[in-house]
Amino acid sequence: MSDRAAVTAEGLRKSYGDFEAVAGIDFRIERGECFGFLGPNGAGKTSTMRMLQAVSEPSGGTLRVLGLDPVRDGKRARARLGVCPQEDNLDPDLDVRQNLRMYGSYFPAGVTARRVNELLEFAALGDKQKRAIPELSGGMKRRLMIARALVNDPELVILDEPTTGLDPQARHLIWQKLRELEDRGVTMVLTTHYMDEAERLCTRLVIMDHGKILDEGAPRELIERHVGHEVVELRIAEAREREVLGGLDLAGVSSERAGDMRVFFLPRQSELADQLVERARRADISCQLRNAALEDVFLKLTGRELDE
Amino acid sequence: MSESAVSGAPSGHANREPGGFFVGAYRVTSRNMYVWWRYAATSAVGNFGEPLLYLLALGFGLGRVVPKLGGMSYAAFIAPGLVVSTVMYTATFEGTFGSYTRLATQKTYDAILATPITVRELIAGEVIWGGIKSSFGAASVLVVIRLFGLVPSWLSLFTLPLGFVSGMMFTAMAMGITAISKSYEFFNYYFTLVVAPMFLFSGIFFPLDKMPHWVLVFAQFLPLTHVVEISRALVRGTPSAATAWHTVAMLLILVASYAICSTLLKRRLRI
Repeated sequence: MSDRAAVTAEGLRKSYGDFEAVAGIDFRIERGECFGFLGPNGAGKTSTMRMLQAVSEPSGGTLRVLGLDPVRDGKRARARLGVCPQEDNLDPDLDVRQNLRMYGSYFPAGVTARRVNELLEFAALGDKQKRAIPELSGGMKRRLMIARALVNDPELVILDEPTTGLDPQARHLIWQKLRELEDRGVTMVLTTHYMDEAERLCTRLVIMDHGKILDEGAPRELIERHVGHEVVELRIAEAREREVLGGLDLAGVSSERAGDMRVFFLPRQSELADQLVERARRADISCQLRNAALEDVFLKLTGRELDE
Repeated sequence: MSESAVSGAPSGHANREPGGFFVGAYRVTSRNMYVWWRYAATSAVGNFGEPLLYLLALGFGLGRVVPKLGGMSYAAFIAPGLVVSTVMYTATFEGTFGSYTRLATQKTYDAILATPITVRELIAGEVIWGGIKSSFGAASVLVVIRLFGLVPSWLSLFTLPLGFVSGMMFTAMAMGITAISKSYEFFNYYFTLVVAPMFLFSGIFFPLDKMPHWVLVFAQFLPLTHVVEISRALVRGTPSAATAWHTVAMLLILVASYAICSTLLKRRLRI
């Protein structure tokens, strides 16, 4: 275990009574990377984040955060972490500026007025510093939450679903801000269930479900490993498949049924893709040919059914 | 965008050594005090308002038909109790509605606990704040009863530290309830079953030693009883050995309720 790693986890577990939220996971987060945790609701992402934040105690396994044991040295670890939780918990008794000042006062080094100005500017809230929290839009609140997570100049920033519930404009602005951090070498850990977000931001990620890690890698790597390059989706009933697709050489082609859809995963520039599209056109079936995306990996690994 | 908003590869952070227990508690206390100061005008009305009404209605209204008690008017008898009943209500509101709002509604505790501040520091900071706010309440009622000429002894100034200590006790008791509460409605039970009986049966409105023995014994189990007895001794200027016993009892209840509320809250906050 070298000191280079921002976080290392081995056999990390968390259970609440009989329920095992995190069922023994291993991962290693290097300094300077943006590491993602993807998974459906209830996959164990937030439980994992709370352990990384040195807020909740692991039920088993080992965890090191910035070289510290987050249970024994939680206070010291939290002094060096920045946390942006899933739920907005800005202090509604205080205005925008006071939120940063007050939060800074909870840290040993405090926060200077100059630093607060910089953070307000970073969050594009410079002209809203006297606003009350309930007057802010969802996107502004999120930006303030992210700015607040930076008051102590953290070595590791933990973001739990940073853009959930935001409109597209607000999401793009948040992504821009997070990429700025990434460019400056700030280590980030984020959870999300937006695949485009993970593809844009994460250098590496793990896909989780039912408290376990299903696979790990760079977004591109995962896509190639699990779904190849191209995807053809046909809206075709199972009963008609033989009639429409008969005669095509589909042996060895990875495919899945999803409700009224048949989804084919194909290698780069496969002739089969054109053939499938042609068959669909002739049979007047709705068909889509597109590049494989992280979402395909996600659905393939975690299943297409709702699991709630 | 400012280039310096975030540092480059972070290194060489000065002074990251977290402070001790009381530093953390102090930061929580000062957060609450800062917020209180912004709304101080509205909370001040609550501080004098109600005790003043009780003093007028019971002390000077009912008092006209009540004979003198131990050589003092009825208003003078109940005045010291009103100082500390204000403490009880101030602390209890802060420890129930105030704390629950920060715990569950605003998630202020979650935000604070993501920083170096520990659960123990957070609870201590809240309890200390409850004590400070309560002593402000005690001070405002003390001023009112002084204006009515109901404060014969300079020892009455010690009701301020009394308000602080007993305020911490009532805050800790209330936060124990907050720790197990699922909604604001739950506090109705506490107010109806615990706080109101304490207000009525802790010897504020009638002398316990004139009651049947079992009433006197029962009252010893009400934390407010001890505080009322101390307050009366201070305002009247008549401390005795019994005052020492009541002080010890109050301190024991403070320690016990702090221990209970911190165990329950730790369980709730560090999931």
